[in-house]
Amino acid sequence: MSAALFEYLLRLGDNTLVLGHRVSEWCGVAPALEEDIALANTALDFIGQTQMWLAYAAEVEDKGRDADALAFRRDVWDFRSLLLVEQTNGDFGKTLMRQFLFDAFNVLNLTALVGSADVRIAEIAAKSVKEAQYHLERSRETVIALGDGTQESNRRMQKALDVLWPFAGEMFVVDAVDTEMQKAGIGPDLAALRGEWVAIIQPVLTSAMLTLPESDFAHKGGKTGVRHSEHLGHMLATMQFLPRAYPDAQW
Amino acid sequence: MYAQMIKSEATLDDPEKLAAFQARIDAGDKIEPKEWMPEGYRKTLIRQIGQHAHSEIVGQLPEGNWITRAPTLERKAILLAKVQDEAGHGLYLYCAAETLGVTRDEMTEMLLDGRMKYSSIFNYPTLTWADMGAVGWLVDGAAIMNQVPLQRTSFGPYSRAMVRICKEESFHQRQGFDIMMKMCKGTEAQKNMAQDALNRMWFPSLMMFGPSDKDSTHSVQSMSWKIKMNTNDELRQKFVDQTAPQAEYLGLKIPDETLAWNEEKGGYDFAEPDWDEFFEVLQGNGPCNVERIEARQKAWDDGAWVREGLMAHAEKRAALKEAAQ
Ligand SMILES: [Fe+2]
Ligand SMILES: [Fe+2]
Ligand SMILES: [Fe+2]
Repeated sequence: MSAALFEYLLRLGDNTLVLGHRVSEWCGVAPALEEDIALANTALDFIGQTQMWLAYAAEVEDKGRDADALAFRRDVWDFRSLLLVEQTNGDFGKTLMRQFLFDAFNVLNLTALVGSADVRIAEIAAKSVKEAQYHLERSRETVIALGDGTQESNRRMQKALDVLWPFAGEMFVVDAVDTEMQKAGIGPDLAALRGEWVAIIQPVLTSAMLTLPESDFAHKGGKTGVRHSEHLGHMLATMQFLPRAYPDAQW
Repeated sequence: MYAQMIKSEATLDDPEKLAAFQARIDAGDKIEPKEWMPEGYRKTLIRQIGQHAHSEIVGQLPEGNWITRAPTLERKAILLAKVQDEAGHGLYLYCAAETLGVTRDEMTEMLLDGRMKYSSIFNYPTLTWADMGAVGWLVDGAAIMNQVPLQRTSFGPYSRAMVRICKEESFHQRQGFDIMMKMCKGTEAQKNMAQDALNRMWFPSLMMFGPSDKDSTHSVQSMSWKIKMNTNDELRQKFVDQTAPQAEYLGLKIPDETLAWNEEKGGYDFAEPDWDEFFEVLQGNGPCNVERIEARQKAWDDGAWVREGLMAHAEKRAALKEAAQ
C-alpha cells in the first residue's frame, strides 16, 4: 500500500514540478509583460504544489529524504511525470496549449481528490484546486483568443494541438497503481475522467476554430517511468546542477 | 539607481507659468498628468521613468538566468516571485510614463533601437548562485537608496509607483542578504562563491548611482523640479556606509584596499569605480549589452504574432457585441 501511495504521490508532485519548471523558463521573455507575470504566477503555484506533494511523498517513503531530495537527487528513470508536461515550450502557442490540455485534466483530477480517503491528499487537493481552476480559466481564454485571432495565430495553435495531442492520452491510462488507489478510495477512476475532459476541451477548441485530431494514439511511459522523453534529462541536468555539484552544501 | 545620466530637457515655456509651477513644487504639491507642466519637465520625466521601467524589465534577465538552476524548491519560488515583482515594477512604471503621453510600445521600440537606456548594472553577467544573493543585497539595495527619496518626487504617478515598488525592493534586499548569509555560513566553496560575487558586483553597484557630481552637469534643473532628490555622490556615500558593515558581518571583504572609516566625515572613504568602464558600458560595450538587447528583441519579435492574435480576437469580440446591440 505505502509503495503504491508513494508512487502515486510522485506522479502528482512530478507533474507539477516538471510543468512548473517548464513554465518558469518563460520568465523575462514572454510576448507581453502581462503574460510574463501570469506565467510566473502559474509556475509559482506549481512549485508550491510540488512542495506539498513531494513532502508528503517523502514522509510516506520514510527513508529520510525530503521534498528537495526527491526533486533534485533523482535521475530520469525515477521520475513519474507525464510525457505531456515534459514537452519543450516551443512557441507561446505550444506552451499555452500544453497548459490548457493539462489544466482541464488537473481541475478534474484535483476536484476528485478533494474527496480522497487520504486526508493529507484531500487537504493538498483542496488548496491546489482553486489555483488549477484559475489556470484553466486563463489557458482556456488564451487558447480561444489565439485560435480565433489571426490566420497566423490560428495556424500556430492548430499546429500546437496536433503536436501535443498524442501526449494527452497518457493522462487517462490506468495502471495497477491507479487501480489500487481507486480501490482504497484515494484516487479517482482516471479512465472515467476522460469523458468529462473531452466535454471541457471540445467546446473551447470549437470556439477557437481548431480541429481535434482524429487519431487517439497515445504515447505512454512517463508516469510509469518506463520511457521518458529525451527532454526530461536535459531539464534535470539544468535543474539539479547545484545540489549535484555541491552535494554537501545547504542553500 | 535605475535612472543614470538623465539629461534635463530645456524648456521654452512662458516664464510666468514656469514660476507658478516652480512655486507649486516648492510648496510640496504633487503634479498630476492632466495639469499644466513645462515641456522640459514632461520630457525629462518620460526619459527617467522610461529608463527606470526598462531597467526593471532588462533586470529580469540576469536573475532569470538562475531560476531554472535554483538549488531548492523554496529558493526557486522566492527567486521566481522576485523576478515576477520586477516585471510588475516595469508595468507600474510604464503606466506612469504613459500618463505623460507616450505608449509602452513606443518606449519598447526606443529601448530596442538604443534611443532609451537602462541601468548599466544589468549588463554584468550572473555567473554563480551567489550572484543571486549579491544582486539582491547590492543591486536592490542601491535601487532602494535612490527610490526611497523618490517616493517624495513631484510627479504624482511616479511618486505613487515608487511607494509600491519600495516595499517590494526592501523585501528583495533582505532575501538577497539571506542568500549571502547562507553562503557565508556554508562550505568553503560557498564562501568562495560569495566573495567572488562581491568582488565582481561591488564596483558595478557603485556605478548605479551615476557619475561623480563634478562630472554630472544635468542635475540642477532636475533637483529643483524634484525629479531627482539627491546628488549621485550623496547616495553613493550612503550606500557604502550602509553596506560596509554588512559585508563585515558576513565575513566578506569589499574589494577596495582604500576602504576605511573616516571619523571626521562620519562616513567611509572609498575608491571610485572605473568611470571609463562605466561610460563604455553605457555606450553598449559592457559584458552583456549585446545579449540583453538581443534577448529583449527576440521576446518582442517572437511575441508579435501573439499580441496581434490577441488584438484581432478582442476586435472581433467588440464587433460582435456592437452588432448584437
Ligand atoms: Fe524592481
Ligand atoms: Fe530591481
Ligand atoms: Fe527588486
